[in-house]
Amino acid sequence: MKRFAYDFERPLVELETKLDELKRLESADKQDIAFQIKYLEDQIQKLRVRTYSKLTPWQKVQLARHPERPRTADYIEAIFTDFIELHGDRIYRDDPAIIGGFARLGDTRVMVVGHQKGRNTKENVFRNFGMPHPEGYRKARRLMRLANKFKLPFITFVDTQGAYPGIEAEERGQATAIAEDLLELSALAVPVIVAVIGEGGSGGALAIGFGDRIIMLENSYYSVITPEGCASILWDGGDGADRAAEVLGLTADNLLKLGIIDIIVKEPLGGAHHGPALVARDLKRELEKSLKELGRVDLAELVEKRYSKLRNVGFYHQETGLAKTLNLNTLTSE
Amino acid sequence: MPIGEWFNKQKKPTPNNPSLEKRAVPDGVWEKCKGCNEPVYIKGLEKNHKVCPKCDYHFPFSAQERVNHLTDPGTFDELWADLSPEDPLHFVADKAYIDSLDIARDKTGLNDAVVCGTGQVNGRQVAVGAMDFGFIGGSMGSVVGEKITRLIELATDDRLPLIITSSSGGARMQEGMISLMQMAKTSAAVARFNKSGMPYIAILANPTTGGVTASFASLADIIIAEPNALIGFAGPRVIEQTIRQKLPKGFQTAEFNLSHGMIDMIVNRLEMKQIVARLLDYLEPKGVAQ
Ligand SMILES: [Zn+2]
Repeated sequence: MKRFAYDFERPLVELETKLDELKRLESADKQDIAFQIKYLEDQIQKLRVRTYSKLTPWQKVQLARHPERPRTADYIEAIFTDFIELHGDRIYRDDPAIIGGFARLGDTRVMVVGHQKGRNTKENVFRNFGMPHPEGYRKARRLMRLANKFKLPFITFVDTQGAYPGIEAEERGQATAIAEDLLELSALAVPVIVAVIGEGGSGGALAIGFGDRIIMLENSYYSVITPEGCASILWDGGDGADRAAEVLGLTADNLLKLGIIDIIVKEPLGGAHHGPALVARDLKRELEKSLKELGRVDLAELVEKRYSKLRNVGFYHQETGLAKTLNLNTLTSE
Repeated sequence: MPIGEWFNKQKKPTPNNPSLEKRAVPDGVWEKCKGCNEPVYIKGLEKNHKVCPKCDYHFPFSAQERVNHLTDPGTFDELWADLSPEDPLHFVADKAYIDSLDIARDKTGLNDAVVCGTGQVNGRQVAVGAMDFGFIGGSMGSVVGEKITRLIELATDDRLPLIITSSSGGARMQEGMISLMQMAKTSAAVARFNKSGMPYIAILANPTTGGVTASFASLADIIIAEPNALIGFAGPRVIEQTIRQKLPKGFQTAEFNLSHGMIDMIVNRLEMKQIVARLLDYLEPKGVAQ
């Protein structure tokens, strides 16, 4: 079977394929083969470290999109018990690009919502590659309200390239649907915990992508615009996504430094798909820890704290020297 | 004469004398209208609030022109005008962000893409904000997010009706995630404002897309658009690239948004202030009980 690999992973995959062939080889000289296998394994380990230990932002974006990367449904299955999925926005249809429902985290009853990508082409067509229409966001809002009504902590999984940019999405009010999620989520009187597990693409991610705690997997990204979108604006063409990923500051590391997110969960070398159980275990631990901390806070205070947390996002200063130039016509002549 | 004063005296647009059109005139006196392709006399255009007297095409309005147009003459007090952006990502692409900011400042005379303050609409005190598309496409970064949030908070605390005119390409790419989070910040401020019982009127001007449409601009009690304004979430170019087909004529116009139920009404700029004033009359938080 031919394994999926990005360009930067190819030398590694070639060595691994060679190793597999070697292992299958029938030979008289068993000792020689054992020696060669050992040698190759050492080489592979070295190359693996070299390939994955200093990933560029663009390489992280690629890993965040890896077709074998665990999806929301995988984490729901691994982390929670007794999941009951709820469907529909009660207006138009059920959007398979967003899933959600009741679940238990240990003993705690919670509401879980997340973007859902497919595992293969057929599933991806059904799930629209995890790019929701307005009805997806309206379903999310319905579940936010349910969570609020029954005082269930609200846990989200973010994994979308963005809200779907299509004719019907616009006709049915994509912008309004997202805006209303933002409004609702900001005022939920229950703990809100966000886990960015893959792609955090723009407003379509943000709609369910901020809260009292934001956790990011090491190789996930969260960005105001996709690198491709940014590149096509800056350099007028699809090229340059790698450069765009660099300038957008979209990695977990960088966002932690900027104070946008709170926690990073490590991934195994090569990405979450190289050890899904491990990542799920660590993510679960962080969710439980956050939930415990937030559970101690009074619900009204929780909403206040969430507001001041949002309130503090921004970099600006008082430009006293320019204050007098408010009069429009004076500045243009300077 | 201030624009507002002129407006009160003269309700109807004055059509230009057609015989003047063909006369040779120096550059800068006439401007070609994008609506009807006819030359329009600039002085007349300005007196007509930059609405084409021939075809009603709405020329771009600066933030300052907006607030002057909406508020009674001499009543607008600008707030937080000296709030200025920083460059938290040290963003350099084809151009450095700090250079784009300098250019935008020189062009508009503003420190960022929004003007906020208080003023009066037909004698009624309001909190008013207007975005300026001329400043990096009216994009929302830290300063726009902060000023809009402060304005909403001011309206909440002082119990003032809130009026915000948007004209924006969305979140500002050059401030990355910090810009995206301004969508959540401004929306959260609206959520708190809503408890005050005071009205919020949003006016959407050409164009309003992306992160601004998908946050505070779509969360008003009443949403008004100017004729023909482009309003949507994704920009037309992105949609065309995604679906690989041409968009239908009139897609994402104000009229499209009206027919799809996204906005309350389309109002000609020349009537905007009167409509806003009439709406505010209905939106006084007095209620049935009194
Ligand atoms: Zn015209």
